[in-house]
Amino acid sequence: MISVGHYLAVSAVLFTLGVLGIFINRKNIIVILMAIELILLAVNINLVAFSAALGDLVGQVFSMFVLTVAAGEAAIGLAILVIYFRGRGTIAVDDANRMKG
Amino acid sequence: MIQLIAFYLFATIVIASAAMVIFARNPVHSVMWLILAFFNAAGLMLLAGAEFIAMLLVIVYVGAVAVLFLFVVMMLDIDFAELRAGFVRYLPLGGLVAIILAAELVFAVGAWSAGGVDLAARAAPVVSDKSNIQQIGELLYTKYIFLFEAAGIVLLVAMIGAIVLTHRKRGGVRAQNISQQVRRRPQDATRLVDPGTGQGVEL
Repeated sequence: MISVGHYLAVSAVLFTLGVLGIFINRKNIIVILMAIELILLAVNINLVAFSAALGDLVGQVFSMFVLTVAAGEAAIGLAILVIYFRGRGTIAVDDANRMKG
Repeated sequence: MIQLIAFYLFATIVIASAAMVIFARNPVHSVMWLILAFFNAAGLMLLAGAEFIAMLLVIVYVGAVAVLFLFVVMMLDIDFAELRAGFVRYLPLGGLVAIILAAELVFAVGAWSAGGVDLAARAAPVVSDKSNIQQIGELLYTKYIFLFEAAGIVLLVAMIGAIVLTHRKRGGVRAQNISQQVRRRPQDATRLVDPGTGQGVEL
């Protein structure tokens, strides 16, 4: 039978893949944003799995809020990406040092 | 048995397509793999009994976020081959970090299954005679109403922010300026002249 451990394993692999994606696609910010979405998906799977295992609905409510923040973050991130591309003509993030921070 | 088969099917496809998201050469393909991953994650959540979250995942992620990604990828004229330079160079470091993270997660799951931590009492126990969406609705509109409205504000700020960031005024287009039209007075727009015979009018 499926236990919560199965779900945790899937979400751990998904989370690790998201982190790996951030590291190996260091120049392509679009893929970095997609990797962040994968990480948030892993978090959501964890929340839902524990919600189901413990018989407590709060996990699913929190998962909804994570979903909200993920959607807002994707919208803002892509908007910043579009104006960055408009100004620079490239989206390579490792030379994004215009503010010299 | 059928649940186990479905679980392994969904889990395998989720992980495989997540790997394809980060390894795909073309970001358009990455977005397509991302959509597949979200669909199968929705399947996983459906299997866990969270029907509402599963439908939300399909609607919000596949319907909005993935399409947003697709639009941006297709709108920008980017040399993706150049962006992939350094892929192999960063692979060892990324792999190391990923292995450490995976080990930590395995350790955490192991520690959890050893049964260490006592959780607090259920905040909102599942009631078996109501459907999942009805229970979530009752919880969301009573106990978590302020959190719910805060989520609405987050979305509003994100929407306004995205519009403000990407909006630009384009010069050289003859758009109608209604306030200017309304503000226009007769004495600014017309001129009375009294030309002599045979002299004509200078415009």
